[in-house]
Amino acid sequence: MRELKLMKGNEAIAEAAIRCGVDGYFGYPITPQSEVMETLMDRAPWDSTGMVVLQAESEIASINMVYGGAGCGKRVMTSSSSPGISLMQEGLTYLAGAELPCVVVNVVRGGPGLGTIQPAQSDYFQSVKGGGHGDYKLITLAPASVQEMADFVELAFDLAFKYRNPAMILSDGVIGQMMEKVELGEFKPRWTNEYIEKNYPWVTMGKNGRERNIITSVQLEPSVQEAFNHKLQNKYRECEENEVRYEEYMCDDAEYLFVAYGSSARICQKSVEIAREKGIKVGLLRPITLWPFPTKQIAHYADKVKGMLSVEMSAGQMVEDVRLSVCGKVPVDHFGRFGGAVHSPGEVVEALENKLIKA
Amino acid sequence: MSETNSIISPENIVYKKSPVLLDNTMHYCPGCSHGTVHKLIAEVIEEMGVQDITIGVAPVGCSVLAYNYIDVDWQEAAHGRAPALATGIKRLLPEKVVFSYQGDGDLAAIGTAETIHACNRGENIVMVFINNGIYGMTGGQMAPTTLPGMKAATCPQGRDVSHDGMPIKISDLLAQLPGTCYVTRQAVHTPANVRKTKKALRKAFENQLANKGTSLVEVVATCNSGWKMNPVQSNEWMEENMFPMYPLGDLKDE
Amino acid sequence: MAKAKGAIVVDTAACKGCGVCVTACPTKVIELAAEVNGKGYHYAYMANPESCIGCSNCGIVCPDTCITVYRAKAVATA
Repeated sequence: MRELKLMKGNEAIAEAAIRCGVDGYFGYPITPQSEVMETLMDRAPWDSTGMVVLQAESEIASINMVYGGAGCGKRVMTSSSSPGISLMQEGLTYLAGAELPCVVVNVVRGGPGLGTIQPAQSDYFQSVKGGGHGDYKLITLAPASVQEMADFVELAFDLAFKYRNPAMILSDGVIGQMMEKVELGEFKPRWTNEYIEKNYPWVTMGKNGRERNIITSVQLEPSVQEAFNHKLQNKYRECEENEVRYEEYMCDDAEYLFVAYGSSARICQKSVEIAREKGIKVGLLRPITLWPFPTKQIAHYADKVKGMLSVEMSAGQMVEDVRLSVCGKVPVDHFGRFGGAVHSPGEVVEALENKLIKA
Repeated sequence: MSETNSIISPENIVYKKSPVLLDNTMHYCPGCSHGTVHKLIAEVIEEMGVQDITIGVAPVGCSVLAYNYIDVDWQEAAHGRAPALATGIKRLLPEKVVFSYQGDGDLAAIGTAETIHACNRGENIVMVFINNGIYGMTGGQMAPTTLPGMKAATCPQGRDVSHDGMPIKISDLLAQLPGTCYVTRQAVHTPANVRKTKKALRKAFENQLANKGTSLVEVVATCNSGWKMNPVQSNEWMEENMFPMYPLGDLKDE
Repeated sequence: MAKAKGAIVVDTAACKGCGVCVTACPTKVIELAAEVNGKGYHYAYMANPESCIGCSNCGIVCPDTCITVYRAKAVATA
């Protein structure tokens, strides 16, 4: 029986990081995610697992410390919230360009600008469409519970190392701040330098008799840069083929479909129940990976349902990917409160009725 | 000439290229100080026997491709972020030798925060700082260290300190921080200065092995292309104009 | 005529003709060649080999590390 604890989502991230053998965390305080670093500092893992935890001078420094550690093949991560993640975009595109694995947690708050410290899901575009410059992708996982906050840390590292690519856990202020029961994983030892060098021969740990390794994202010769970009794109196609994750709730007989992730998906579960009590057959498709996006599964429902409602705490971002998935076969609309406001289950059902059923 | 030929034999070699320096022809302009400093770093790494445990961090600027010349593991940083990368590497691999190599724009403009805080934390690393008072790579624009009145592509009338401020003497600033153990300013334009710079680099790397904190070696350097002079004139101009603003010598040695 | 105590070998293909070694040489051994190498540079060469004392100054200041310096052992000066 695994250990059970009542924890905040942000605390679960920290606890899971220590338990799955993460080597380093570099961060900078910002609401609503500061509990990640606070928990780590309180747990002092440098005394137990040897994990390094350092408060940096900025999010720019944090992400670049992550770059340095990732280049050594160490499992390193950072966390922040929207304005801080904006500062990290430079680092993220360099990490993607240098093919470095790492985990970045975004506990999203409302924007734009300094915005609000209240929860939002308005960083979808930034996470899955690039964010930084150049043609790159972030593997993006969207937890919908404190349990998933914990579980996705190790999953994100596994995917990051499998594809040599940064992975993002795209959470929000609701999941980060709320408390739930969590089943914690066993303590796993950190990787040894020998293990890393054997399994990841590209790392920079000192050349030690072999040819030197260079971690870089600069290729001045266009043909070389183009070839490298093709390699990246092939990797992304492979990731799209193998790593799509989603969850379905009451979709079998559904005539309408909610598409929602993270805390919006939790709200939509209740909306499904309310709607069904009113006789509306609606189901919920919850993307767990936002990139790669469950395009095929959504396309599959395009032949079965009368309409889809993308429910997000944003002015409508994921809805664009839902529309692309169904290729105009069914009406797709968006509903969501934003700027720090959170929709109620009843509001969502009302939106379904007004936008898709009565329309 | 036969005398000369008889002298040229392996047992008489008194100076040759370090094996830690790769054979790749450097992309730098003729006479560029980067090459001389690269060579000294390679010689120090060779003489200290740390080639197998050294990780370099390259900047953005003319020395962006520094990793093509010194035969150690390297990471290439975003502009100004080398001290943050070096922090990440050294914190996770404290038994390895880590150095950053940065120009004035990288270290003293865009990366000022990373530079100051790495030094303030006393990261146990070596930072090599090339100060030639100009942005060479992008075509000779004004640097944070461009001298008052000195002409550059973005101050073609000369740096106007009422408009752009005075040049930043960042090494003086860094020497004030408790985290730095060694801050020195050197040059590589004469054989004597090259020897002094090598000694400074050696001390900096030895400080790291002794866990003493951050060592910063500034090298006041030429950019003859950016300065629009030939290499020999550049060395003279540097002595006359750069050294009064950036006097050579140790700023801190603890 | 002075007896040479040292000698240099310049990697003339790698030399960029910057002339820093010419200034650094205390005995005026080195000059830049009238002809150019494959890169179009007037490369450094030993114009006055008999004056070389093998001090290494040229090698030390060479940014492209293209000079190897030799010095005869002390017995040769007897």
